[in-house]
Amino acid sequence: MREIHVDQVADAVARLVQEANFKLSDDVVRALSQAQSLEEAPVGQTVLMQIVENYTIAETEQVPMCQDTGVALVFLEIGQDVHLVGGDLYEAINRGVARGYTEGRLRMSMLNDPIQRVNTRDNTPAMIYVDIVPGDRLKIKVDTKGGGSENMSQLKMLPPSAGWEGAKQFIVETVAAAGPNACPPLLVGVGIGGNFDKCALLAKKALLREVGSPHPDPEWAAREQELLEEINKLGVGPMGLGGVVTALAVHIEVMGCHITALPVAVNIECHSHRHKEVTL
Amino acid sequence: MARIHVTTPITPEQVRQIRAGDEVLITGEIYTARDAAHKRMVEDLAAGRPLPFDPEGAVIYYVGPTPPKPGQVIGSAGPTTSYRMDKYTPTMLRHGVRLVIGKGYRSDEVKAALQEYGGAYLVATGGAGALLARRIEEAEVIAYEDLGAEAIRRLRVREFPTICINDVHGGDQYFAGQSQWVKPDAMVKPKPPVASE
Ligand code: SF4
Repeated sequence: MREIHVDQVADAVARLVQEANFKLSDDVVRALSQAQSLEEAPVGQTVLMQIVENYTIAETEQVPMCQDTGVALVFLEIGQDVHLVGGDLYEAINRGVARGYTEGRLRMSMLNDPIQRVNTRDNTPAMIYVDIVPGDRLKIKVDTKGGGSENMSQLKMLPPSAGWEGAKQFIVETVAAAGPNACPPLLVGVGIGGNFDKCALLAKKALLREVGSPHPDPEWAAREQELLEEINKLGVGPMGLGGVVTALAVHIEVMGCHITALPVAVNIECHSHRHKEVTL
Repeated sequence: MARIHVTTPITPEQVRQIRAGDEVLITGEIYTARDAAHKRMVEDLAAGRPLPFDPEGAVIYYVGPTPPKPGQVIGSAGPTTSYRMDKYTPTMLRHGVRLVIGKGYRSDEVKAALQEYGGAYLVATGGAGALLARRIEEAEVIAYEDLGAEAIRRLRVREFPTICINDVHGGDQYFAGQSQWVKPDAMVKPKPPVASE
């Protein structure tokens, strides 16, 4: 049994939400530079140049790259031999979010209630996801996710007869409908299988993979490639102004499902894909 | 596609000059408002109260900036998605607002209202908030302070870079630009604008 104090978790979260907003991680930087070498449209090139200039300014001046500093998604992989001490873990995470967003002068974008709509002024609640894994380590992944791209996400319970072709059609249509609203070039997270809620979670978790890393199963890796090609035929391009790079990558996560079901979820992420992680 | 410099307030003649696809650089005073502020403005108008700024020839920028660091005029300040304002935009245009800046698709009602009242829809690069903030020289909250990031601010901008998507003549640059790059075998084709009579 290894003890970890929840204050350490709070400290890590406070630091990661700021780092995520100030410095684009290497995988996204690489994907954007690849997009620059692929884009053929002059206006698409201009937009990509602005995006690169923007994250460079953000890093140098330690300011947020985008004004929508997002909702804090906090993913914990807790080793089953870890004992968390010192108080309520969920409270500690929210404390970390509140501190990080205040110290970093990030934008407070969270509301108390979806209909009352009063700002909580500390960007809580965080969205917290927990997985129990073997070992005695605690991995914390933070993704600060903007609303523009999240709002363009979709989930559909397809009939099994739809098959891969039906799933593909739904995914490509979702990306086309998102278009400029979601700030392309996009990262497309896809969940296939599970049930209604697990499917959405698969799509979200697909976004956490290193951008462009293929699915370990070659069959699914090929489908990711196929989807990326179909999406980049749409002509949406950087910021929807027309071009050949609509998506930087497509990540699929898969799970078994019921004989009646073919759930498909598409979680859209913008070029400002801000994710950071640490292991305690 | 031209590069056009405009200075606020915007005249009807200037609006007619701007074509879909043009690069439009804006100098002068513009006003920030997102959905919460739009909702209040439309309620104010319905109740016969004046708007927090003179709408005649005004430019509205859909943005909720981050708080400034010490010494900064404003924090990061890129555009938010425009469709959330679709419900309110025709009313704003009817009261004299001529340019609105955001990102993303607009409804057919907004495109029709741009033509009817004489306005243009412009976009700035989404997610480029740190870069765009450099074109903002002054910022001051002028109304609805309780809305925080969503309060109405008066900004003084210099050559603020935008691209016209929907012009007063019915031009649609998302459709035009995407049509140029869509592959013949794409599973979905760009959606053409609905022709207004
Ligand atoms: S979609 Fe992403 S890049 Fe665009 S404004 Fe929202 S958070 Fe920023």
